[in-house]
Amino acid sequence: MADGTHGPGDRKDPPDDEAQLSARLQRLGERLGNASRASENATSPRQTADMSAFARGFRLSTELVAGVVVGALIGWLLDRWLGISPWGLIVFLLFGFAAGILNVMRAAGVVRDRQL
Amino acid sequence: MAVDPIEQFQIHNLFPVATVGHTEIFFTNSAAFMLAAVAGITAFLLIGTTKRSLVPTRLQSAAELAYEFVATTLRGTAGSEGMKFFPFIFTLFMFILTVNMIGLIPYTFTVTSHIIITAALAITVFLTVVVYGLVRHGLHFFNLFVPKGVPIYILPLIVFIEVLSFISRPISHSVRLFANMLAGHITLQVFAGFIILMGTGLGAIGWAASVLPFALVVILFALETLVAFLQAYVFAILTCIYLNDAIHPGH
Repeated sequence: MADGTHGPGDRKDPPDDEAQLSARLQRLGERLGNASRASENATSPRQTADMSAFARGFRLSTELVAGVVVGALIGWLLDRWLGISPWGLIVFLLFGFAAGILNVMRAAGVVRDRQL
Repeated sequence: MAVDPIEQFQIHNLFPVATVGHTEIFFTNSAAFMLAAVAGITAFLLIGTTKRSLVPTRLQSAAELAYEFVATTLRGTAGSEGMKFFPFIFTLFMFILTVNMIGLIPYTFTVTSHIIITAALAITVFLTVVVYGLVRHGLHFFNLFVPKGVPIYILPLIVFIEVLSFISRPISHSVRLFANMLAGHITLQVFAGFIILMGTGLGAIGWAASVLPFALVVILFALETLVAFLQAYVFAILTCIYLNDAIHPGH
């Protein structure tokens, strides 16, 4: 099968061509290895991804809502189990709101992750 | 006759597969489209990579592009250590992307427009993060909830909020994908329904005026194509970010 390389008709000796090609491939491999090692050495992971403004906006709103929903859910369940209605809901809704705000600030990159 | 915009999300039972207790389990149209997506991805990658030629064909090029894209994203967010999760992320990305794209074809079913699917995916990611983090770092994994440099007297409060924020992840993760697909498809259907409504209701003037909703449908369709790709990407990159937490907690 054709392996994708164009066989040049004007070259006399195919073995030499092959050797040249493999040498070039090796050099390319070294360069690629260097490049990927360089990118791996960048240890600080990039947290902000480039995406469209629409996706970003949608992401931020869902982060906030998710925090509030989790807080409300935990509060409601605690109320049912412990019979302390409505205090569980009130307190956990507030905490959930705080968690949602934290999510949003993290997602927006206002707060660097893990250092508040 | 008005077009029902919700009808496209109906699940139909195709044939029964098994009986668990008294519940019959059916092979649904959703399952059929998932299988079709998996078959499509498998065929695409297998055919694309069988020849492995130095100068790639178009299909091989596309397969390599998909690989490179996910690999760069993963390496950029979770570092080179994250590459052990590459099969997981690649599967997630390709599955969601393919399923979203299939859903854009008229008369097909959008699997990701049901929250049960996206929630299952998000919970899988969440459990992977928790289990891997606990196995790898033991109790140090909980450093994730203890930010550095916080005064001791507000630490309990902060840890509590951090835990809530952590628990809310699978919810925002799944709701985002599901809501995007659901809302987009409803919008498309409603505007497409306007064309029929105006045409049948107002006669010739209606047909002429229906050029406007038609133009909107074309524009919306382009937007939906973008959203279908973007949501697959966002799902994948957030999975990477969450996995990064499991790999390097507390830094």
